[in-house]
Amino acid sequence: MVYLLQNTILYTVPLMIVALAGVFSERSGIINIALEGIMVMGAFIGVVFVRAIIEAGLPFEYGQLLLILGILIAIVGGGLFSLLLAFASINLKADQTIGGTALNLLAPAVVLFMILDINDQSVLKVSNATEYFMLNQSDFGLGTKFENPLGVIGNVLFNKTYITTWICLIIFVVLAIILYKTKFGLRLRACGEHPQAADSVGINVNKMRYFGTCISGCLAGLGGFVYAVTIDDCASTGDVAGFGFLALAVMIFGNWKPLSIAGASLLFGLLKCIAAGYAYIDINNDGVFWLNELKISSHIYRILPYVITLIVLAFTSKKSRAPKAEGIPYDKGMR
Amino acid sequence: MNEVLKRLQLFLKKLGKQIFSLLRRFSKSLLPLWKRLCKWFRSLFVSTDDKDAKLLTLYKQPQTKSILSSLISIFAGIVLGGIILLIMALTSGGSTSFKSAWEGFQLIFLGVFNTGRDASGNLSFGLNYVSIGDVLFRATPLILTGLSIALAFKTGLFNIGAPGQYLMGTAATFIVALSIPTSVVPSWIVWTLAFLSGILAGALWGAVIGFFKSQLHINEVITGIMTNWIAANIVTSLFDNLTGPFANLLDPSGTKNKSYLYKTAHNGVQTAKMGLDKLFPGSQVNGGIIIAILIAVLVYIVINKTTFGYELKACGHNRNAAKYAGINEKRSIVYSMSIAGGLAGAGAALYYLAGNTEFYWSTYQSLPAIGFNGIPIALLAYNNPLGVIFSGLFMSYLNEAGMKLKYLTPFNEYITDIIIASIVYLSAFSLAVKEFLNGRRHKRNVHQPETEKKPQEVIKDLEAEK
Repeated sequence: MVYLLQNTILYTVPLMIVALAGVFSERSGIINIALEGIMVMGAFIGVVFVRAIIEAGLPFEYGQLLLILGILIAIVGGGLFSLLLAFASINLKADQTIGGTALNLLAPAVVLFMILDINDQSVLKVSNATEYFMLNQSDFGLGTKFENPLGVIGNVLFNKTYITTWICLIIFVVLAIILYKTKFGLRLRACGEHPQAADSVGINVNKMRYFGTCISGCLAGLGGFVYAVTIDDCASTGDVAGFGFLALAVMIFGNWKPLSIAGASLLFGLLKCIAAGYAYIDINNDGVFWLNELKISSHIYRILPYVITLIVLAFTSKKSRAPKAEGIPYDKGMR
Repeated sequence: MNEVLKRLQLFLKKLGKQIFSLLRRFSKSLLPLWKRLCKWFRSLFVSTDDKDAKLLTLYKQPQTKSILSSLISIFAGIVLGGIILLIMALTSGGSTSFKSAWEGFQLIFLGVFNTGRDASGNLSFGLNYVSIGDVLFRATPLILTGLSIALAFKTGLFNIGAPGQYLMGTAATFIVALSIPTSVVPSWIVWTLAFLSGILAGALWGAVIGFFKSQLHINEVITGIMTNWIAANIVTSLFDNLTGPFANLLDPSGTKNKSYLYKTAHNGVQTAKMGLDKLFPGSQVNGGIIIAILIAVLVYIVINKTTFGYELKACGHNRNAAKYAGINEKRSIVYSMSIAGGLAGAGAALYYLAGNTEFYWSTYQSLPAIGFNGIPIALLAYNNPLGVIFSGLFMSYLNEAGMKLKYLTPFNEYITDIIIASIVYLSAFSLAVKEFLNGRRHKRNVHQPETEKKPQEVIKDLEAEK
């Protein structure tokens, strides 16, 4: 049970952040299919930086500081990479699907090229990453697992966790507040719903769209780095296993609203972890692996998140509210 | 005797006179013919007041601009790849030199025509039949997935579910091709059945996306992504070596040990070579490429020359207007997604029915790249089915060049992926390039209205005539 919850949180957090990235971009009017590519790029840049510093010899105490620095570098890298999409969509008025697909193809190609060039293998690994980054009970001063066994909540919050989880949650809440409660957020949302009206009030629509896409890229880069550190054990493989597209699905599933997105990511994370470890889930610690007894095939568990998404979408699609002007390049002459 | 000779002389003289007069008449008309030829050549390049030059008319057509901007972006992408190679050579110190960068650049341009290294260590070029044949072989699924996505784009839908349809086609093909014993049924019937079942499986899977879009108004991107992963899991569960119903199709021989399915050649089912293996000996080419090209031509005809294709295109342009015009747009969406799915399934069927391609059954963690590679192919071809043939061949050509790069130079094969990605990115500029190309013509035509007479002058002229 503890294992299930720990892994669920690890899987939910990057999904949430990348879905929020999609929200920022689409709310400003640019369809951002390139989330997968930007994640790959952010993961690569962060892992390269972290690896360089660890190989230069860093004592273990500075691991968390290094992680925060890595997060900052990944954010900057993701933001810069998304400028390509912003330039093509806003200045050149290109089809945003094409630009997104181009970035999705470009990022793994560049990343794999560089990885093979750096260390002649197809994966860029950082050794001892868990010792640097993972926080255990003892780091919080609560003693080791055997001296002071914590309950379920304690284990989930304080044992085998990363600070990235907390950082991402704080960033998520802050950005959701920015999107809904500040002037900037209102203007951003206006550019995605009715850019002509926004322009008539004096908002620079193109500048707002640049901001939206850049923030989206920063968040996707952050999500990619967090994915690499927590799920991939600090390795950059040039591939995020369809995570970016899954985040797009979560965003549409969550109806472009942050709270629903958080709920949808939790659901996906939970189902994915159940699928991965259903034979070992002991819900009430009585030694009985209940799900294993049901003898449902593991394939059914793996299909479950996607089927549930489709079913829920089938029932709630009437209320689906995409930003009205997304995907249409803004043309001043069309007022 | 003299009589005969005299008669012969007279006959020859007459013949000579006739030939001579024919030649004179011919040369009289030859000069005008030559003049006409010169005139035609001139009309290609020079515009008169009434008519534009023929090349200019060709240039003004929108298709030409599309092809031109595609070619420009391809050229720019390849040059970008060359620049990257140069940068790699500059920054990596001693391990890679300019010579290898130059060789890499040559290989990108002429990869197919490279025949390895000769005795002195330089690259040698000639006709490499194995490479050309392999390019044709690997272009087959790419052309068909490109067609699938191009057709969906033409009808206004983004078929990102192509990998899922590809996987369902693969599973159906293998099940039918390996289960029916060829000792009982002739192998060409099994081949046809397997091909058709691949198409059908892909079509049914595409119809799911179409149904969700038309009836429930769910975005086809999210349905496509979900069905991709559902298909990956279904295919894995079908062939699971412990519990799958078709686990008997797994190949236990050698090192594979039930991680791959039997190749279809195991049951004697293989695509006919159609003489292509004589043309390109040693390669893996078979008749599949011809079938793919025929399917592309068929799709072009259906889309552009039939009422059905017109209905599909109309629904893509404006769904509500099509409904107002009386087209059943819900059915059209389902049809177009089914056909797109069927095309992707056909690509899978042709690829695996070649007989010697293996399929790793545990595919629930990653989707086949061929499904996603159809997107740049369709985009480069501007969704024109005939253009998809060429861009599919081009992408396969670049992939082959990348393999050669990997084996012959210290660079790795991902440089071709970078080139393809930058070509797609630069093709997004094509709208800007087209406007640039249009803008020049517009500037030239601006002068013309000033030479027209003003209305008052025209009235004055008319009154003066009275």
